[in-house]
Parts: sequence; C-alpha cells; structure tokens
Amino acid sequence: MTEQSRTVIEQDSVPLLEVEGLVKRFPIRRGLFGSGSVHAVEGVDLQIHAGEVLSLVGESGSGKSTLGMCVTGMSTPTAGRIRFAGEDVALASRRGRADFRRRVQPVFQDPRSSLDPRWPIETTIREPLDAYRVGSSAERTARVAELMDLVGLPRHFAPRQPRELSGGQQQRVAIAAALALRPELLVADEPVSALDVSVQAQILNLLDELRNRLKLALLFIAHDLSVVEHLSDRVAVMYLGRIVETGPVERIFSAPEHPYTRALIDAIPHADPGRKMSRIRLTGEIPSPVNPPSGCRFHPRCPVAVDRCSTEEPQDTQFDEGHSAACHVAAAALAQRGSIISVLSEGATS
Amino acid sequence: MTALVELQDVSVDYAGHGGSVSAVQNVSLTLGENETFGLVGESGCGKTTLSMALMGLLPASARVTGQLLFRGQDLLAMSEAERRQQRGDELSMVFQDPATSLDPTFGIGYQVAETVRAHRRVSRGESKARALALLREVGIPAAESRYADPPHRLSGGMRQRVVMAAALANDPSLLLADEPTTALDVTIQAQVLDLLAELQRKHGTTILLIAHDLGVVAQICDRVGVMYAGQLVEVAPVAELFAAPRHPYTRALLEALPSRGRRGRSLRVIGGQVPDLSDPPSGCRFADRCPHRMDVCATVPPLVDSDSRRRIACWLDPATRATAGLPPVPAAPTPDAPIAVGPS
Repeated sequence: MTEQSRTVIEQDSVPLLEVEGLVKRFPIRRGLFGSGSVHAVEGVDLQIHAGEVLSLVGESGSGKSTLGMCVTGMSTPTAGRIRFAGEDVALASRRGRADFRRRVQPVFQDPRSSLDPRWPIETTIREPLDAYRVGSSAERTARVAELMDLVGLPRHFAPRQPRELSGGQQQRVAIAAALALRPELLVADEPVSALDVSVQAQILNLLDELRNRLKLALLFIAHDLSVVEHLSDRVAVMYLGRIVETGPVERIFSAPEHPYTRALIDAIPHADPGRKMSRIRLTGEIPSPVNPPSGCRFHPRCPVAVDRCSTEEPQDTQFDEGHSAACHVAAAALAQRGSIISVLSEGATS
Repeated sequence: MTALVELQDVSVDYAGHGGSVSAVQNVSLTLGENETFGLVGESGCGKTTLSMALMGLLPASARVTGQLLFRGQDLLAMSEAERRQQRGDELSMVFQDPATSLDPTFGIGYQVAETVRAHRRVSRGESKARALALLREVGIPAAESRYADPPHRLSGGMRQRVVMAAALANDPSLLLADEPTTALDVTIQAQVLDLLAELQRKHGTTILLIAHDLGVVAQICDRVGVMYAGQLVEVAPVAELFAAPRHPYTRALLEALPSRGRRGRSLRVIGGQVPDLSDPPSGCRFADRCPHRMDVCATVPPLVDSDSRRRIACWLDPATRATAGLPPVPAAPTPDAPIAVGPS
C-alpha cells in the first residue's frame, strides 16, 4: 500500500520525508489487562515535500503524537521505514542519524516544559549550536541574535529567564531553538493549543512566515481544525493508528470522502452564529487501541457502515490527484459514479 | 427579560505580597431567566473570578465589593451556611476537568444521588431513582449497570455528562459552566454542547458559559459579554457581536481567529501585552494596545447602553461619549482600521 498523494505545488521527485508502513506498538506487561500491546500506529504511509505543511488530525488516542515522535526519532518504530531526503534513517550511520536529528526538529505544546527554567533564553537558543559545534563562539552569538530577530523576540530579552516571558514569547524561544540548526522539517505537536486566541494568531503567522522564508516543511499535529485549515497544504486524518483520508486541504474541508473526516469537520464550532454545527453527530467514542475493532476500525461509530465494514479492512482508494481515503462505502460510491459516467458517455457516443 | 442575576459595580481584588491584584473592576451585568450567556476573554481577564464571586467560591484573599443580586437577594449579605445550601441547589456548576469534580472512590450514581440528598429530604430509594433518571437524561448508556462504576471507568466525555447530571439534580435556576468542553475532543465537545443546549431548553435553566473558544460561544449562546483585563468591555446578542463587534478589543479578538476567509493571509495580531493587574492603568485597560487611543481613554469608560440591545465601554462609542458630555468622534473608524502589528 503506497500513498499516491502528490502535492500540487511540489513536484520534487524525492519527498523530504517518506514514511512507509510505519507501526508502533507499546507492550503492556501483565497488570490488570494481562499482556498485550497498544497499537498506537498501525501501518502508516505519508510523505512531506520541502516547504510543505502537512497536518495530522484526529481525536486523542488516534496515534498522531506517536507518529510525530517516530518521525523526529524520539521513538523507535516497531516496523516500517522512515526515509529522509531519500535515505533510510534506521540504516544510517551514526553520523547520518546525527544529521537527521539536526534536519528534523520538534516543537511541543507547552513551551514551559521544553525550556530550562534556570537558563536565560539565549542559552536555550544557543545550546543546539554548542552541541553540534556550529562555527566559532562569536558566530554562535551572532546566530542567536539572528534567530531572535527571525522569531520576533526583541534582542534585549536575551538574558531573561523563561518565567519573565509570556506564553507566546516562550513559544517563540522554543521555535528559535528548534530553528538554530537550520532544519528542513519541523514537527510541531499542538504548538498553539496552550495559547490564547490573540497569541495563537501571532504564532500561526510566525509559522507561516518561516515556512515561506526558509522553505521549511512542517508536520503540524493539531486537534483544532480551524487552525489546520488556515495553515496546511495537505491534511492527513488519523483514526486509531491508521490514516483514513489524506488530501489537499481545500478538498478535505469542502468534500471529504471518509465519514470520519466528515464527522470531524461537522463538529467544528464555527465562530459564526449564522453557521451552525451540523446536526449530525458522531456517536460513541474512540475505542481502545489495545483491541481495535475488526474490519474498518471506524465501523462501530460509522453512520453509513455496511456489513462488509465489520469484516474487511478497507484499502486506500484514490479519489483524485493526491486525495485518497480508506472506506468501502466511499469507494463503492466512486465506482458507481464511474459506471454512470461510462454509461452516459457510451450513450453520448452511440 | 426578567432578571435572575444582577451584578452592580462588582470589583474583586486579591490581596497578595506587597499589594493587591485588581482581577475584576466595576462589572455591571444582568442575566435574564432562561438565557444562555457567554462570558469570553483571554486568560487572566477575570471571567472565572467574576463567576466564582457569583458562586461564593473565591479564596479568603479575595475582596468583593459592589452588589450581587440573585432573584433580588443580596448574595454578599448571606452567611456562608446559606450560600452553601444554595450551591448545588439553585446555583450549580460544571467545570473544565470532570475528573476533579468527581470523587474517584465513589460510584458515579451515588455521587449524583448524594447531591439530591444534600438538598432534599428524600429516602435513599428516591434519590437513587432520581439519580438514575438524571444519568439517563444526560445520555449515560446502561445507566443501571454503570451506577456503581467509579469515575475512572468512564471516558472524559461520559464523566462530564455525570458532572452535568449532578449539576442538574436539583433543577438549578442558574448553571455556571466554566470551560465545560475544553478538555474534550471536538466530536465529544459537539455532543456535550448539544446536551447543554437541550437541557437548557427543557428545564429553562439560565446558563452562564465561560469559554475562551469563540466558536463554542457562537454556537450555543444567546448573548455574549467580552472581558479584558478585569473590565467588561462589550455585551451584545451573539449574532450582532460576531457580525459587527464594536469594541476595538472584541474586533481584534475576532480578527485573530483563523477562518475560511482568512486562509493564506496573516491573522490580525494585537500588539503589546495585557497590563499588569497589580498596577493596572487608571483608565481603559485596553488603551495601551488600542489603535484608536485618545486622551480621554485615561478615564475608565462606563459600560453604557449603545442601543436597546447592546452595551459598550469605549470612548469611541457615541453613547459612552455622551455620558461625559463629549461630542461623537468626527470620523468613526471602520472595522477595517489596521490594528498595530508587532511581536508580543
């Protein structure tokens, strides 16, 4: 099962990041539930091209953060391949792995937990430069100032400690540190969810600007779909460890194929009293990843499930250039549309 | 609109080391019977402090002044025992994290029944029957068999339903819901919001909803109040507030939201910082960040009726200006007037 998505704006033959059949399971040893494993990620394929923003969305427990941890190398996959700029990360030499960790940097939700509370922020931003011995001491100092300018932190903040900064400023420091080694991919796990609306806007603008200026690719993990719609080029929807739909952002938000994607979009509370949430609700909650449902994992909650869904796992169907979904019902509807079109065109030619 | 709650010039100050923090300043607000009122604003704007003053749940370091009336009754004049009796009965609450509202060692049904028994002279059987009916009403599947389940057996969304069942146990007149869906996934949030709206319709409960998510407020509220740094700056019916915000802060807040129309464009940023409330500015607290700042802003603008439905506290507003005998501002700024852009 290979992903057929190709972003429209990027035509590079080699994607920056290529994930193939990624599996991550966490063993549960003994305890209340006996032994088993949490199937956090179950066979995920995805690609990110240089300068592209791919958002990963889904409810808590869908495996999106685990996938992000695997991509940044903070977690070792149980199975599958991660290629960065065409090179298999697991097979890379020690040096190759260090290079990979330089080129892929994480940004987390709570900046307070990613900054050392006792360090002045200049030390935090400088640390990666010291660790990788980039340039001379004077060059590192200059680079810190440059990074602070880049993320919009006044230079006189350099000696301040994190507690003297607001949440938005702290997140800027975390982003500056992540950018220190000129990475090509940022993996940002809920980078704005701990922030107030007006501060969130600043960080979103910053991410957008960085991406344009530095041609930085972004794997953006988020639960807030309005933010995702604002920032992304492509969206991948996860449910219980699988990507159930992926496609260009406009298509995903305007005409999703998977019923789960539809349900997520319908549940967005719009800041527009004239645009009410759809009355259709997803019932129930995401099942346990220890023992996921048979067939299509979404079938117990799916409003359009048919018999086949509980027994047979749906494969990815391509609906359009770069847009695919794994759903029996949507695939059947596509096949039917196809046959109607062929009947119509036959009628036209005869 | 019959008034259920009337707040007159309510201020809350917290005593701290070497000074006090002015968390809420001179807020006047009326909540009608049977309405859902949303109180919005960013962290530290005083929305939770104000609602805690209403519930009588502020810490000892807080000093409340002004008048808080519930059905004409002065809440500040009541004894702690009377207030305790009122909470969970006429006034009830739902908070953000259901795990902290429930006792982890007791069955969920028992906890709902206990709320009934605390305020009504009923037998155990009656309270249990009432608790079961409530659990069913809030949508707990197989309520009988889950009655004795401790909270940890339930998901976050189900726990929040249990908290709502307990909050509704005694048919409250006022339900305070402080960020009730913030800890939930968007799909579960939608279910809980539906439930809240349905319960409101069925019981005619007045809901005071505190939320930072303007989307949630837009979906279920009738009226909205916007707070900034302890001041209530604008009150309006929900449709009017979102369609035509009048206070510069409300406007900036709405324009900072990502939305379909703003894809690929920069979001509006409010320059500067929220003022330090241990040493707040003497006038309008938004003035330092406001693109329309005038000399008169050094005086606190009163919250006045801008028209029959809206109230606003801003010296740009003709009605506010009239209170000080000022003529209207010559050219009223359009909603598109740029707001200062800068780093936080």
